[in-house]
Amino acid sequence: MNFWTDPIKVIYDWLMITLTGWGMAGWLADIIINLLGIIVLITAAMVLDILLVWVERKVVARFQDRLGPNRVGPFGLFQPVPDIIKLIIKEDITPAGADKVVFNLAPILSLASVIFLWAVIPLAANVYGVDLNVALLYLVAAGAIGTLAIIMAGWASNNKYALLGAYRMVAVMISYEIPMIVALLIPTLLAGTMSMKGITLAQQEGLWFVVLSPLGMLLFLVAAIAELGRSPFDLSEGESEIVSGFHIEYSGMKFGLFYAGELLHAFTFGAFIGILFFGGWNWPLPWGDKYALIGIFNVLVKGMFFYWVIMWVKYTVPRLRIDHMLAFNWKFLTPVAFALLIVTAIVHAIFKDMALGVYGLALFLANVLLGWIVLEILRGNARQQRAAEEAPAPVAQH
Amino acid sequence: MDASQILFFLSAVLILVSAIFVVTARNLVHAALWLIATLFGVAMLYVLLEAGFLAVVQVVVYIGAIAIMFIFAVMLTRRDLLSQTSQTNANWPIALGVSALSLAGVAFIARGFGFSLDRVPAPVPADSLERLGAALVSPEQFVLPFEVASILLLAALVGAVYVAMNKK
Repeated sequence: MNFWTDPIKVIYDWLMITLTGWGMAGWLADIIINLLGIIVLITAAMVLDILLVWVERKVVARFQDRLGPNRVGPFGLFQPVPDIIKLIIKEDITPAGADKVVFNLAPILSLASVIFLWAVIPLAANVYGVDLNVALLYLVAAGAIGTLAIIMAGWASNNKYALLGAYRMVAVMISYEIPMIVALLIPTLLAGTMSMKGITLAQQEGLWFVVLSPLGMLLFLVAAIAELGRSPFDLSEGESEIVSGFHIEYSGMKFGLFYAGELLHAFTFGAFIGILFFGGWNWPLPWGDKYALIGIFNVLVKGMFFYWVIMWVKYTVPRLRIDHMLAFNWKFLTPVAFALLIVTAIVHAIFKDMALGVYGLALFLANVLLGWIVLEILRGNARQQRAAEEAPAPVAQH
Repeated sequence: MDASQILFFLSAVLILVSAIFVVTARNLVHAALWLIATLFGVAMLYVLLEAGFLAVVQVVVYIGAIAIMFIFAVMLTRRDLLSQTSQTNANWPIALGVSALSLAGVAFIARGFGFSLDRVPAPVPADSLERLGAALVSPEQFVLPFEVASILLLAALVGAVYVAMNKK
């Protein structure tokens, strides 16, 4: 065991010897080292967040055929610094009639609900906050706290538009939780565990879950975008009718916390997709399972890629109407998710003892077949609807 | 004194203080938010008891679903509903008596356990989640209640669809 294979253990042991060498009690040193670890992890996530501001602005500029930030530093890389200075020195307004405590608590909870997620992300085989055996449910629980933060922000602002935005946003988040949970059940079922580390190890030994369940990956991606409240599901916004949603009354760094939370949330869900369906720390560089730094690099690369996919969707697809969006969830996504879960469970049970190639092929074909059936049903429905609309209006009888 | 004891005292204080605020807060939304703090404290207790699954389910179900529904329901009522009226009614002595009796009952039962700080809790098996899952579908254990609950939920789902259906 050395620093390159298991850095956390090496650092822990070194700090433990140092601190107890100063005459500190063992349990106190343990608490302090764990707290230090938490602070370092959160700080790393927040520093990454600063970079994400630049990535987001640069990528959206490319999608919209602009240059994006290019004045501060090389390629505008230091643009987030003036952004943050601007946010900090802006006047911090709490509107009259707002519920002060709840109003100020909401942005903190909103960012915290994202930071919570980092506790269970396995950055490398030996680098993770905690290896929970209920990690995927924990993801849903953290999302519940995010929902709570939004409704708190909307209510405490004492603003009708903020409340309306919060209502619409919460309606999205609560309804898309169902396909998300069902989509999360698929890696659980395939790996036989809910622990993120266990799921990565199962993919390291077998096939990536995106091969075994491409449809499950797509369902999770769509549900994740809805959970993030990004376009095309950014219903809380609507510049012409309900302004900018639940955070309309927030200024300065309080708005900054919501914004930072949203960016980090998107990246975190990108990392989750990479870990749950694309083998976590195993690719693109080799030896990710042995050397911690390579593993961290791999996870971050995958996170960035799927963050980019989420941005790609956001800046390409226009916003949906609320009834379309709810119908899409309840009449399409939820039934497909349940059907996929049933099919995956049956195929998994039949083929799990056969050779890996046969098993993978069976699950992949089952997914393709299900996807094709779904598309056929959709096409049939669309054809019917079109026929009904194109039919000549009945002429009144005399 | 170790980390888990400090955490236990913190969560106990959180539960008790926020539970008191749930019943004394005049603003209904504040009461609902304090209720969430209470439920969160209970989830912390589950974590300390190494029942991670229960803790997470507590947050998902109680905070993510029930408390959000409470807040929605409260927000649809008038905001200053309680600011003028009295928070108690004529029945408060009876309620006090019932609460005191319940407390005495709990204390009486708890006396029999013999609390001590030295007692080491039994280790929790690492595969407790798998055992829970297997118990829910094993015919010797809880498959019947599990299926009955499933059918009840399915009936509720069908009922909801029927009520919301646009009858032509």
